[in-house]
Amino acid sequence: MKRYTIFVITENFIGILNRITIIFTRRGINIDALTASESRIEGIHRITIEVTASEDTVIQLVNQIEKIIDVIKAFYHEDEGVVYQEIALYKIPVSKLDGGLEKIIRQHNAKIIAAEPEFVVLELSGHKEQTQELLEILKGYGLLEFARSGRVAVAKRMHTIDSYVK
Amino acid sequence: MKDLMIRGADIVVRTLIEENAEIIFGYPGGAIMPVYDALYDYHDQIKHVLTRHEQGAIHAAQGYARVSGKVGVCLATSGPGATNLITGLADALIDSTPLVCITGQVAAHLLGTDAFQETDVVGMSMPCTKWNIQVRNVEDIAPAIAKAFFIARSGRPGPVLIDITKNAQTDFGEFNYVPCLGFRSYQTKIEVNKSDIQKAAELIDAAERPYVLFGQGVVLGKAEAEFKAFLDKTGIPAASTLLGSGALPQDHPSYVGKLGMHGNYAPNMLTNQCDVLIAIGMRFDDRVTGDVKRYAKQAKIIHLELDPAEINKTVKCHHSVLGNCKDSLELLTEAVTAKSHPEWMERFREFEREENAAVVQHDITPTKVGLTMGEVIHQVNQYKADDAVLVTDVGQHQMIAWRYFNYKKSRTQVTSGGLGTMGFALPAALGAQMFDFSRQVVCVVGDGGIQMTIQELGTIMQTKAPVKIILLNNNYLGMVRQWQQMFFDKRYSFTELDNPEFVKIAEAYGIKSQKVSDRSDLNEAIEDMLIHDGPYFLEVVVEKEDNVFPMIATGCSVEEVRLS
Repeated sequence: MKRYTIFVITENFIGILNRITIIFTRRGINIDALTASESRIEGIHRITIEVTASEDTVIQLVNQIEKIIDVIKAFYHEDEGVVYQEIALYKIPVSKLDGGLEKIIRQHNAKIIAAEPEFVVLELSGHKEQTQELLEILKGYGLLEFARSGRVAVAKRMHTIDSYVK
Repeated sequence: MKDLMIRGADIVVRTLIEENAEIIFGYPGGAIMPVYDALYDYHDQIKHVLTRHEQGAIHAAQGYARVSGKVGVCLATSGPGATNLITGLADALIDSTPLVCITGQVAAHLLGTDAFQETDVVGMSMPCTKWNIQVRNVEDIAPAIAKAFFIARSGRPGPVLIDITKNAQTDFGEFNYVPCLGFRSYQTKIEVNKSDIQKAAELIDAAERPYVLFGQGVVLGKAEAEFKAFLDKTGIPAASTLLGSGALPQDHPSYVGKLGMHGNYAPNMLTNQCDVLIAIGMRFDDRVTGDVKRYAKQAKIIHLELDPAEINKTVKCHHSVLGNCKDSLELLTEAVTAKSHPEWMERFREFEREENAAVVQHDITPTKVGLTMGEVIHQVNQYKADDAVLVTDVGQHQMIAWRYFNYKKSRTQVTSGGLGTMGFALPAALGAQMFDFSRQVVCVVGDGGIQMTIQELGTIMQTKAPVKIILLNNNYLGMVRQWQQMFFDKRYSFTELDNPEFVKIAEAYGIKSQKVSDRSDLNEAIEDMLIHDGPYFLEVVVEKEDNVFPMIATGCSVEEVRLS
C-alpha cells in the first residue's frame, strides 16, 4: 500500500464526478482527498484524487476511469512524481495569543489571514505532515476549528494535456 | 420560422428513424406520453412492440440487438417505468449489448421536488450504463440521441440511457439531425500495433501446445471469417466461452468445446497444460478461470482485446494486442507460420472421449425413466435449422442447452451470461424473433425463470411472434438445488416449486401448447413444434434431481473439473 495521486482530465459534464467516485465505492476503496477545478484550457476540468492502495489497484482504477466516455485521460503518480500542496486553516481564540504562539507562527511560516475580536484564523500551506504538525501544536492553544483541503498537484514531468485535447 | 418547428417528441421519433431504428420495445406512461403521441404519426416508418412490463421491453431489445447486430431501442416512462429497466441495463453492460433506452422524466421545473413518478434514473443507472444523460431542452434532444447511438454501437458496445423531461418533449424546436461521428474524449479507432502482432506471432510460432480461447469479441467485432482463417492456418485447438458460442461452427476441425464451470472436460483440463494461451475477445470471467491463482500458470498468455481496461484485469498476460480482433487476427494470420498440431489435438480428443463416456451418453441417450434436459436439446438438434437461434434463461437448463446445442452460425446464441438474469429468456426470445419472423427462435427456459417474466406470453400473443418455447420443468430451482445437494448437505431450502398447469396458461394466451413427460412422445413433439406456423409452447417434464456435469466447483482450479 502506497499513496498515489490520480489526475483525471475530463469534459465538464454533469455527473462526471459521480461516475468517477462510484468506481472507488464499488471496490471498497476510500478516497483520501479529492479536488476539482477547471484546467488552463476552457471547458476541460481537472480532478485530483489522492488514494492509498497497491499499484495494481491504482492501475485498475485508472483503467476504469479512462473508460468513462467523457474522461479524456487519466494518469497516476507516486508522491515523488508530483509537486503538491494542501492548505490548512486554524481558528484560535484571541485569549490564547501570546509570545509563544507568535514564535510558533514564525517557525512554521504560517500567516494570520483574519483577525476578529474573539479569534484569529491562521493559514498554512504545505504537505500533510507539515499542516498536521502545526495542528498538534495548536491543540494546546485552544484550537476552535480546523479545516484542510485535498491536495492540488501538478506532475513533475514535462508533459501537457494538450495532445489529448484536440 | 414557426412552420419549421416541431415538437420535441417528434424530434425523438424522427431522430430514431434517422438512426435506422426499425423497432422500439416499450411501455407508455405519463412522462413519455408525448413521444407515444408522436409514434402514432410515424407507425408506418417505425414499429413499436408493447410489452407487458418494462423489464420485458429491455430484455426484448437485448434479444433483438444480439441477433441483429444493431442497436436495440427501448422506451419507458419515468419513475417505476425507468427503474424497471435497471436489471436489463446491468445485463446489457456486462454482456456488451448495444442499447439506446429512452425514459420520460417529469418537467424540468419539477426536478428534485419528489414530483409524481419522479426518480433519479440518471443517478441510478450510472453504474449500469456505458453513458447516460438527462435532456431538459428541446434543442438538445437530437444531438443527445445521435451521440447515444454512436456510443452504444461503437468500441465495446453497451447500453446508453437518455432521460428526457416532459417539457423538452412538448416544447417546439427545429429538427436538425446531424449524425455523431466521434468526439475528443472517446477514441474508438484503435490502430493495431504491428510490433505487437510480430511478437504475438513469434510466441505462437514457437509454441508446441498453443491453445485459443474465444469469446463474444469475435462476434461483436464481426471477425468470424478472420478468426476461422487464423485457425485454418495455425491448426490451433480453440474453445469457446458461453457468449463466444456460434463464432466458430462446432464442426470446424479446430473446435474443441466449451470453457468454464459447466463447460467441457478437455478445454478446462488442458488450460493448465498448454504452453501458449491465446485469448481472443474474452475477459477471463471467474466462471471461466476458476481459481485464478492456479489458472494457466505454465503458459505464456497473449490477449487480443479491444477494451484496454480488460487487459491484466483478472489474469495477467505476457503480451497483449490492443484493437478490434477483426484487424488483429487478419494481421496475425499473415504473420504466423502455417502449422498443425495433431498430437496436441489428440489430447483434447482423448479427454472428449472420456467426457462422452462419463457424461454425454447418460445425458443424451439416458437409460433411466425420467427425461433429461440433454436429450431434449439433442432432439432439437435433429430438427432445427442451421441458423436457428437458441435463447436461454439462467440455471441448469441454460448450461445443458449450451452444452448440447449444435452451434453452426454466428449470432445464434442469446443468453444472460455475465449478470445471470432469470426471466431473461422469454422477452429476449420475443425480441430476437421480432428481428426476423422467418428465422427459427428456440427459447429454452426453466420453470423458475419463466415465472419471472411469464407475462410476456401476452406480447408473443399480440405480435404473433413464432417463438418456440421449450419449458424444461423439474419443479425445482434446479441449479440452486444442485448446489444445495453438493455443498449444503442436501438441505433443500426454498427451492421446490408448486407450479401451475403451464400449458393452460399458454392456452389462455392462445398459444398452441403441448406437455410431454414420456420419452416416446418427445421426438414428435419437437418436430411438431418446429414446423408449427406460429408461437408454440412445449412443456417437457424432466427428471427432478438431475445435475449438470462436468463442473468446476467454486474456488477450484480448471484442472479440478469433475465429471460426477
